[in-house]
Amino acid sequence: MIQPAADIPVWAAIAVAFFLLVGSGLALIGAIGFLRLPTFYERIHAPTLGTSWGIGGVMLASMIFFTVSSGRLVFHEILIGIFVTVTTPITFMLLARAALHRDRAEGNGNVPDKQNKSQVATDVLVGSGSRDV
Amino acid sequence: MLPYPLLTLSLILMWLLLNGFTPGHLVLGILVAVFASWAMASLRPDRPRFAKWYLLPKLFGIVLYDIVKSNIAVALIILKIGRRSHNPGFLTVELDIENHVAVAVLAVVLTSTPGSAWLEYDSNDRTVLLHVLDLDNEAQWRDMIKNRYEKLLMEIFA
Repeated sequence: MIQPAADIPVWAAIAVAFFLLVGSGLALIGAIGFLRLPTFYERIHAPTLGTSWGIGGVMLASMIFFTVSSGRLVFHEILIGIFVTVTTPITFMLLARAALHRDRAEGNGNVPDKQNKSQVATDVLVGSGSRDV
Repeated sequence: MLPYPLLTLSLILMWLLLNGFTPGHLVLGILVAVFASWAMASLRPDRPRFAKWYLLPKLFGIVLYDIVKSNIAVALIILKIGRRSHNPGFLTVELDIENHVAVAVLAVVLTSTPGSAWLEYDSNDRTVLLHVLDLDNEAQWRDMIKNRYEKLLMEIFA
């Protein structure tokens, strides 16, 4: 049976609080970054804090709390983590490619071009080669 | 009978995790999983072939460690905005892996690692366009993707 929250042992309470704070703290930092970073391509990095260890921390806290308080292994939260991890890149790439397409069509920013392929490919090769050396 | 045994097994496991283990749900879960894999078979996706599946936990460990590291790095960049300037930039990497599942796994890994974003994959010349939040050392990023992830993925997926 699930006990009231006050009845779980101290070590478990500390672990739950730690992971909960880390997870929600990272999600908050991600939201702040989403608000404050200057360009679209930089802003796109910020929410991944929430979808990686943000969700991971909350997930671990929930797993520890319900495992300890109900006295049996509870780990179905792991499914949330798996589905968030697997589905995030889809939305992410849709947004990023839409932005890339718009920036290339309007010619704004220093977005790498893909239109005139062979030329660009050699440019990129030469560019990266000289920087590697 | 079972075109994708791994998929069927994962679906049964997912069903039991969501609904709790009872004999009734086991039967229902097996039914759902078998019909879902038949539906999947009619889409005819490529079957992933595992060569060295025992390396998967190693990949998982490396990725988990890197995600923790880059979470801290990106959080510091966001919190220190204005004081220390970071250096965002695009990066084109040529990949050697061809296996679709392996490319998909690499995309998930790089996207879920804060600080690097998978923007566009071109299957014609097998290059991927990435955006990196702090592109201080371009060679180091390239080296990490090629040697840390791609090599391991090539071993796992034959």
